[in-house]
Amino acid sequence: MKRNLPLLIIAGVLVGAFVVGVLLYRAMKPAPDKTQNNPASMAAPGAEPPHTRGVANAPVLLEEFGDFECPPCGQLYPVLKEIERDYGERLRVDFRQNPLVTMHKHAYDAARAAEAAGMQGKFWEMHDMLYEKQSVWTVAPDPRSEFQNYARALNLNEDTFMRDLVGEMASTRVALDLRRGKSLGVLGTPTVFINNRQLKAEEMTQDGIHKAIEAALKEKGL
Amino acid sequence: MSEAETKHLSQGAGAEGSVATQRAALSRLHLIAALVSLVGLADSIYLTVKHLTGETVQCTLLSGCDVVLSSAYSSFMGLPLAPLGAAAYFAVFSLATLAAFGYRGMRVPLLLVVGVMLLMTLRLLYVQAFVLHHYCEFCLLSALVTLTLTGLMLYSIQVPGLKSQVPGR
Repeated sequence: MKRNLPLLIIAGVLVGAFVVGVLLYRAMKPAPDKTQNNPASMAAPGAEPPHTRGVANAPVLLEEFGDFECPPCGQLYPVLKEIERDYGERLRVDFRQNPLVTMHKHAYDAARAAEAAGMQGKFWEMHDMLYEKQSVWTVAPDPRSEFQNYARALNLNEDTFMRDLVGEMASTRVALDLRRGKSLGVLGTPTVFINNRQLKAEEMTQDGIHKAIEAALKEKGL
Repeated sequence: MSEAETKHLSQGAGAEGSVATQRAALSRLHLIAALVSLVGLADSIYLTVKHLTGETVQCTLLSGCDVVLSSAYSSFMGLPLAPLGAAAYFAVFSLATLAAFGYRGMRVPLLLVVGVMLLMTLRLLYVQAFVLHHYCEFCLLSALVTLTLTGLMLYSIQVPGLKSQVPGR
């Protein structure tokens, strides 16, 4: 009996761990929302409010998951600007933070810099600045001092900006956006959703995005 | 009985007593390791459940749980770290319990598992300190448990005559 005692203890702990895990899972599992059944609406909500450009109730919502240090995101930036001009009030653009921290060592700081600027009402100005100056700060020895220069150029309060950059709110917003991306199956950047439909890689051109927006407008009878 | 025979018997009894003391000390160390690993197991189970439900993990003492746990570093070779940690702590608990009860051949795998866990812990501590600049208290608790286990394993190696004198069953 004594020889088998440790085996019994181990089996007991295994069963106990499993039972505790199942009970915790049942207690924490969110109740399914039966009123919503499309994958994007069931996904994690992301940071609230999202960074939005355009009209709130526009018929087409373009949601981009971007990484300021990712070169293809930098290439998509002028394309999206042009598309925004083309569609005007028919298009709303949301930007979601998706820094690929394993590949881009300054992406997380850049995401937080944009959030810090957003706290002073200039998210999009910093967003544009980060993409336009991507080739500068990504190779700078101290990107944070570059971000501070951009904050100065945007007439932000520099002390507040630098404090917010490392503050909890910026990191929480980035984390929430990352969680939304993860729940939607975002694997890389840029990833674009148009009215909750993820664009395929071959659609990520100016022409492809145009066609997707046109199709979304047509679906709405516009 | 001659004087020489009496001395020999007395030395033999002393050596047996010493081995018994070392065995008891080692058993206690393994028992402590088993109990400590249960703390890590509970921590990992909690994080595994949070991972499965997709809920945000809120820190109560620090502010970076969500940052750390939603980062790319929260998985290893595509596998989330939380269930891997739970499996590792359960392995440590099992091996340490068997070793505490005198089962043979448990110490080397126990040292290996704790060694691997130490490497993973050091990696995650580095990432929290120098990459993410945020700390997750659940990860720090796990790190504390692994460091304690490492300390216990290092101490167990120091028990004299361990290799040759601890008989198994």
